[in-house]
Amino acid sequence: MKNKNLNGFKLNLGQLTIPIIAICLLIIFNVFRDPGFFAIEITHNNDGNAVLAGNLISIINGASELAILAMGMTLVTAACGGQDISVGAAAAIAGSAFVKILKSTESINGGTVLFAFLFACIVAMLFGTFNGTLVAVFKIQPMIATLILYTCGRSIAYWINGGATPTVSSPIINAIGSFIPGIPVPTPVLIVITVAVIFKLVFHFTSLELLTQSVGINGSAARLNGINATFIKLLSFIILGACVAVAGCIGVSRLGLINHETLLIDVEMDAILAVAIGGNNLGGGKFKISGSIIGAYVIQMLTITLYAMKVSSTDVKAYKAIVIVLLVVIGSPVIKARFAKLLSRIRSDRQKVSTKGAE
Amino acid sequence: MNQKIGVRREPLTDTQLLMTITIFIFFGMYLLAMLLLGGGFLRAQQVFDMLNDNASLIIVSCGLTIVMIGGGIDISVGAVTSLVVMSCVLYLNGGGNIFVSILLALGIGLAFGLVHGFLISYLEIQPFIVTLAGMFFARGMTTILSVNPQKVAHEGFAKLRDVKIEISWLGYVANNGNVVPARMELGVVVALVCLVLIFILLKFIKLGRAFYAIGGNQQSALMLGINVKRTRFISYVISGLLSGISGYVFMMHTGAGNATNAAGMEMNAIASSIIGGTLLTGGVGNVAGTFFGTMTLTTIKKIVVSSGLKEPWWQSITTGGMLCFFILLQSVVLGQRAKRKKS
Repeated sequence: MKNKNLNGFKLNLGQLTIPIIAICLLIIFNVFRDPGFFAIEITHNNDGNAVLAGNLISIINGASELAILAMGMTLVTAACGGQDISVGAAAAIAGSAFVKILKSTESINGGTVLFAFLFACIVAMLFGTFNGTLVAVFKIQPMIATLILYTCGRSIAYWINGGATPTVSSPIINAIGSFIPGIPVPTPVLIVITVAVIFKLVFHFTSLELLTQSVGINGSAARLNGINATFIKLLSFIILGACVAVAGCIGVSRLGLINHETLLIDVEMDAILAVAIGGNNLGGGKFKISGSIIGAYVIQMLTITLYAMKVSSTDVKAYKAIVIVLLVVIGSPVIKARFAKLLSRIRSDRQKVSTKGAE
Repeated sequence: MNQKIGVRREPLTDTQLLMTITIFIFFGMYLLAMLLLGGGFLRAQQVFDMLNDNASLIIVSCGLTIVMIGGGIDISVGAVTSLVVMSCVLYLNGGGNIFVSILLALGIGLAFGLVHGFLISYLEIQPFIVTLAGMFFARGMTTILSVNPQKVAHEGFAKLRDVKIEISWLGYVANNGNVVPARMELGVVVALVCLVLIFILLKFIKLGRAFYAIGGNQQSALMLGINVKRTRFISYVISGLLSGISGYVFMMHTGAGNATNAAGMEMNAIASSIIGGTLLTGGVGNVAGTFFGTMTLTTIKKIVVSSGLKEPWWQSITTGGMLCFFILLQSVVLGQRAKRKKS
């Protein structure tokens, strides 16, 4: 009876088992280490707004860009069977374009910010189209195709702003980066929720999810069934471009300046990691965006936990690597098969014992 | 053609074709630079400088080429190089022995290779994730060892570092009338030896052919009786070992350990392999091509610097453009060949 329940539980979660176990383990670990770790309090920031503060909030807030990028990355991974390693560089370009427009206007109001954001979106989507064309039309491996932009993206961002790191200061930018007056939840979190809802709606009302999965599982079979595989792959890169623009603008708004060298540095690796921790196959095919989002929060929670344990920001990587290896080892097919064998052997032994006892 | 009768002339394989294109482009570019820019490009020292600066890159690119031929990827090479440099510098500064420091470098590289190989081939975890974790671990360990740059203050090592092979007949006459011989560092010799050994391994030894087999088609390789898991394991071990050697060569070149050493080296190595005609899909590649890939990348950078584009962004923008050109060229050339084969 107990086993049946266990199996049912596993079936319900599916690929989300590993990320949920990881996040639970991290929560338990933190609760034991420091019971006050998850305390949330209401404080007043410099503008006098009542805002939420605490480690949990900083985890959810800090992972915003990563979560948004992971959503787009999941789609690219599923459709193309490869990853885009240029998202950090492309975000720097989008951020630079965003700042460039803001700097060229005389006063920053809601309209100019929206215009600048749309412009950044178009720029990032153009670069997405470039990557997508290389992958979909020229049939180049995604990692190789995006290596081009990875190599020169940050330099292009540098060039856009003419070798400077300009700052923008405006209440609107500040509101996007931290808090909207009157709302205690950080704005980036609201943006993540918005993006996630948009994805959910798109998947609900269009057949994008099904098409992407069929292209990822077998491109030629999808083509023979009348699916335009080239277009689906291109579309996934364009959608990732939009995600990149959103993440880049959040990143710029947080600091109020664009630094092409440090904006979202190494985020591409984290985004791919989030996709992998979320249980998605990096070789393409079936995917779950919710897994990637949880993966992003796992990574951020790990980072914040390590910071709370007084690990310096440069050393965090080493500990992170150990946890990643543990996670992927637990999730590896070989270990799973071994474990299942061991479990069945124990079970059959127990049965033998019980039947012997009955005799 | 003085071709022997009875010897069938085989058409070029994909690898050879891509490599030939790269070699032609490299020499073409260098000749153009000699004609148009002159200056440093007319001296043999330019080539030796390029070799001196890139000895460690050549070594890691060779390792990466093997892994890529086997159908995998190793993005930890730069970080492992950096970790090796830092640990060897600290060990030597603590009054260590040079021989032991070499063993230490090889040991660290080998350890990373063994762990990567085990996780990837026996536990079947995606190579990108495993080597990404390896990269994070190595970078993190480097900063745990020391955040501040460390200079080697070891007499024996300083002697080893200053060993330079001078070739006087390739030198040039300086303004003051002295003959400045062409100088080559010891690391270049190590790099070239590695290159030749791996070339032989891939061309003539059974193990090397097995790398191509598992990268080309894993199922067929299994049916041929190749131990796919062990072969893949060995490819990562070789790559790890070469990262260790590369770290030591890097230290002999710079003589200092720094947390940001060899930053972005893995991507440069991947770019070199690709320009040299190795495909990430596996089964196609050649270390000789990789060598010319590295040299092509360096030549582009040198040309950008000496042609007066002083702004810092031009170097990587032109590198990116060049990479784009090579990748598109490969795609078009291979696509054409596949079409011709079909018809």
